[in-house]
Parts: sequence; structure tokens; C-alpha cells
Amino acid sequence: MSPRVNLAEVRPGDTLPEVAETIERMDLVRYAGASGDFNPIHWNDEVAKAVGLPGVIAHGMYSMGVAARMVTGWVGDPAAIKRLRVRFSTMIEPGQTLTVKGEVAEVDGGRVLVRFHAEDEKGEKVLSKGEAELEL
Amino acid sequence: MALNQALVGKAYPALRYEVGREKLREFAIAVGETDPIYHDEAAARAAGHPDLPAVPTFAVVLSLRAGQVVYGDPELGLDYSRVVHGEQEFVYHRPIRAGDRLLATGKVAAAQAKGRHELLTLETEVTTEDGEPVCLVRGTLLSRGTAPPREGRA
Repeated sequence: MSPRVNLAEVRPGDTLPEVAETIERMDLVRYAGASGDFNPIHWNDEVAKAVGLPGVIAHGMYSMGVAARMVTGWVGDPAAIKRLRVRFSTMIEPGQTLTVKGEVAEVDGGRVLVRFHAEDEKGEKVLSKGEAELEL
Repeated sequence: MALNQALVGKAYPALRYEVGREKLREFAIAVGETDPIYHDEAAARAAGHPDLPAVPTFAVVLSLRAGQVVYGDPELGLDYSRVVHGEQEFVYHRPIRAGDRLLATGKVAAAQAKGRHELLTLETEVTTEDGEPVCLVRGTLLSRGTAPPREGRA
């Protein structure tokens, strides 16, 4: 279970390879089924509009799941991830592209802190204050 | 209606969850994770995992189930239609794996006013049936406009 990154080469300020995903309505239906979160604001426009939304919006946890791919893709081994957190800041609708960006904030022995966020096409933060604590 | 502060600290009965390979694959596909270790047992074993590991956010499936019990408690006074997801955190002891027989225990960790809104934090502790710690899932919901009026203000 060796990690993909080489700890000896990890430095604060290193950027992680970005992950971008254009969100389709089908992705939200699939995520609803896989996760068990069937809140209709994620797949039914009428319900979404009735509660004041422009239309259906992505599950926050769908966006976090996409964001986690950036961390797993970089580190390789999911067992290296000790903590993962985000704040949900702005909603994102189908048709928009979510881009996840992160960098190494701290390296302390074998412990690495990655800070990240995910933004929409206007640069608005969909996920903010993202943190991933890793042990390599 | 404001949240019932008396329920802070209350733990609900543990739910059982048996982790199946197809469920882990289905969830990995749903978040677009294509790394073979999440789909192919041979690739997972070659990478040192005893069986397919879950992607990191999979634990939310257990926390959603635990949450249904907590949020549905009429004593809590939560109106789910007013709720938006505020923050989410996972603290891991190890990845969830296919074949795990898990227990998920939901607890109301905090309920506090923030301006006109209230923040409700649900913690779901995930262990194996044998008591091995697996992860802690901490989700904070924002309940819009339900904070009680403050004294001295209308």
C-alpha cells in the first residue's frame, strides 16, 4: 500500500493535479441512487423551484465526492487519508463544470495537510475551507 | 420551531450495515472514481487491501441512515425542508472495506443558534461489530430561520 506521492519530495505549496467534472442531471440521479439521498431538490425541477431554487442543484456530497478524487488520485492509497472536511458555500447546477484545486499547506514528518476548494465556471467557491490530512 | 437543546449529547440506537462489493463499486462510479482499486479485487489486493476499499466519502451512506433516525425524532423539532448542508467532515481510522459488518451510531453533537439560523451537528460513529473503530462522520446542517428570538429583541 505504498502511496503514489513520494513524501521526501512533498513541499508546502506543491499543487495537486486538478479534477474537473461537468455535472449532468444523470450524475445526480445516479448519485441519489448510490448514496440513498433522494431529496427531490436534486432531481425534480418543480420541487426545487417550489423551495426557491432556480432548478435542481447538485448534492453537496456529490461535489465532495468529486473533490475527494483529487486527493485519492494524488495520494493513491485511501488508507493514507486521516481526515477530510469541506464547507458547502455555493450551490452548483447541472450543466456547470466543477473544478477542484488544492495544494500542500503543511508537511510535518509523515503528516501532510492539503487545503483545497472546488469552484464553478464563474470562480465561485462551491466547496470552501477544504482540508485533507494525510499520513504518508 | 427552535431545535431542542436537551437532545444535545443524545445517542440513538446503532444501525447495522453490511458492506457489499457491488455497493462500493456503485458508489465509486457515482462519484466518478475510476481507479481500479475501488472496482477490481485483484487490483485492491495487489495494492495491499484485504478487499475492495470504499472511496473516502462512502461513509456518508451510513451517516444518512443514522441521520434519518435522528432527524425524524419528533423531540428534536427539525423541519427538514428548512435544512441546507453546511459542513462535512470525516475522521478515519481505516478505510471501509467490502465484507465489513459495521455499526453506525448517530448522536446529536451540537445545536446552536447562529443569527436567525441554527446549526445542528450530527456525529455518526462507525465501528465494526467487534468494536474496531473505523471512522467518525460529522455533518453540520443549517436550519434556516428557526433560531428563537433573542431577549430584548422582537
